[in-house]
Amino acid sequence: MSMFPTLDISATAMGAQTIRLNTIASNMANADSISSNAGETYRSKQPVFQTILDNQTGEPAGGVKVKEIIESKAPLKMEYAPNNPMANKDGYIFRPNVNVVEEMANMLDASRSYETNIQVMNTSKQLLLKTIQMGK
Amino acid sequence: MESIFGIHEHALMVRKEREGILANNLANADTPNFKARDLDWRKEMRDAQEQLDTSRFKPDMKRTNSRHIEGFADISTDDYLKYRVPTQPALDGNTVETHVEKAKFMENALQYQASLEFINGKISGIRNALTGG
Repeated sequence: MSMFPTLDISATAMGAQTIRLNTIASNMANADSISSNAGETYRSKQPVFQTILDNQTGEPAGGVKVKEIIESKAPLKMEYAPNNPMANKDGYIFRPNVNVVEEMANMLDASRSYETNIQVMNTSKQLLLKTIQMGK
Repeated sequence: MESIFGIHEHALMVRKEREGILANNLANADTPNFKARDLDWRKEMRDAQEQLDTSRFKPDMKRTNSRHIEGFADISTDDYLKYRVPTQPALDGNTVETHVEKAKFMENALQYQASLEFINGKISGIRNALTGG
């Protein structure tokens, strides 16, 4: 751990929230990516966060990381659109299981968490600066 | 030897440590199954005070030979870490309540600055004494 653990911790959290924002952006961008079969259809991606543990003790060392990015198990939306060029032989197209409203709420949460960590960093920075000035 | 800063030196260290723990809570606000933790401030400061008052905490190891190195018990905060009792635990097992943690973090930052002020006051007092005002 470095001399300024708080800054490291907040930095890991900001990194994790950025990945979360990226997956949200990817989900939103692909919300209308239709395809002709279920296998090829885009599925909503969700990051799973995990506390960073100390290698030796197994205690929480500080910070957070993205453990994995899972694909949503929610059912795909099948739509009858025989005129669509992507329709399969039965006339169906497959829409991704992206819930746009859910993603928007998720985005707000991620952005708030990001802001929280910036505030923590700023406060920590001010305290450190004052500590450096000690006795002057 | 007792530090000229007395208990404030320890207070600053403990508050620094607590800042890291609270920052970790806030960083893990979205981590499933993460349990928020905090320092048992009172217990830690009492032990620090005892450590200052008596030397009974300091050398854990007895020196039976003059060539032995003095055992130095470093101050560790691991024994003082407690889990926070949540008012509204989340479904994913996370017990971080961001507003509570933020309030505690701010409180801790103010206390840290208070400790710094005490130390600064001590330093300027000593400086005054040295230079004759």
